[in-house]
Amino acid sequence: MAVRTLTELLQGAFPGDDVSVEDRTGGGDHFQVTVTSARFDGLSLVEQHRLVYDALASPLADGTIHELRIKTKGST
Amino acid sequence: MSELHDQIKGIIETEDVALFMKGTPQFVMCGNSHRALEALRRAGAPVTAVDILPDPRIREELSALSGWPTIPQVFVGGELVGGADIVEELEASGELEQTLREKLGDEYRGAGEERVVAVA
Repeated sequence: MAVRTLTELLQGAFPGDDVSVEDRTGGGDHFQVTVTSARFDGLSLVEQHRLVYDALASPLADGTIHELRIKTKGST
Repeated sequence: MSELHDQIKGIIETEDVALFMKGTPQFVMCGNSHRALEALRRAGAPVTAVDILPDPRIREELSALSGWPTIPQVFVGGELVGGADIVEELEASGELEQTLREKLGDEYRGAGEERVVAVA
């Protein structure tokens, strides 16, 4: 359930880009998200991860996400 | 501004390498804090650790200052380097050592022992 919510949020923030969300423990609160987007090109890793955090601000704030791992990739 | 805010800001600005984590290096309470600490240790960083768990306001003030929502948070020379994923990635590529050298000088490995400071 949460995987779907997170996936939809990321797809909304990164339309047309490659987005994956994995529930690392099966408990619905530890996630690995991977986003590949041309929006990351030329950005520092901090800036890239901030874009992902912005997209997931709501589940981060309400406790849905207990632990989040982020992998970002640019288009090149 | 609160005293806590000033304390956290002071640590970020004055410590060579500040690691805000859950637990302490001797007793780590979270997997991601452990990952960040180990990556910093591999790079030989002189870590000053701050445990955010004793008071929820520490985390609130920290995230308000940094604009970063999760723990751990690593700062080198006053600048946010990132959380566990970024620090691990930078360590693996050699960029973490490069950043440490740029910010702290070539002799950063001898700059100090790992230590813990308490806030609040």
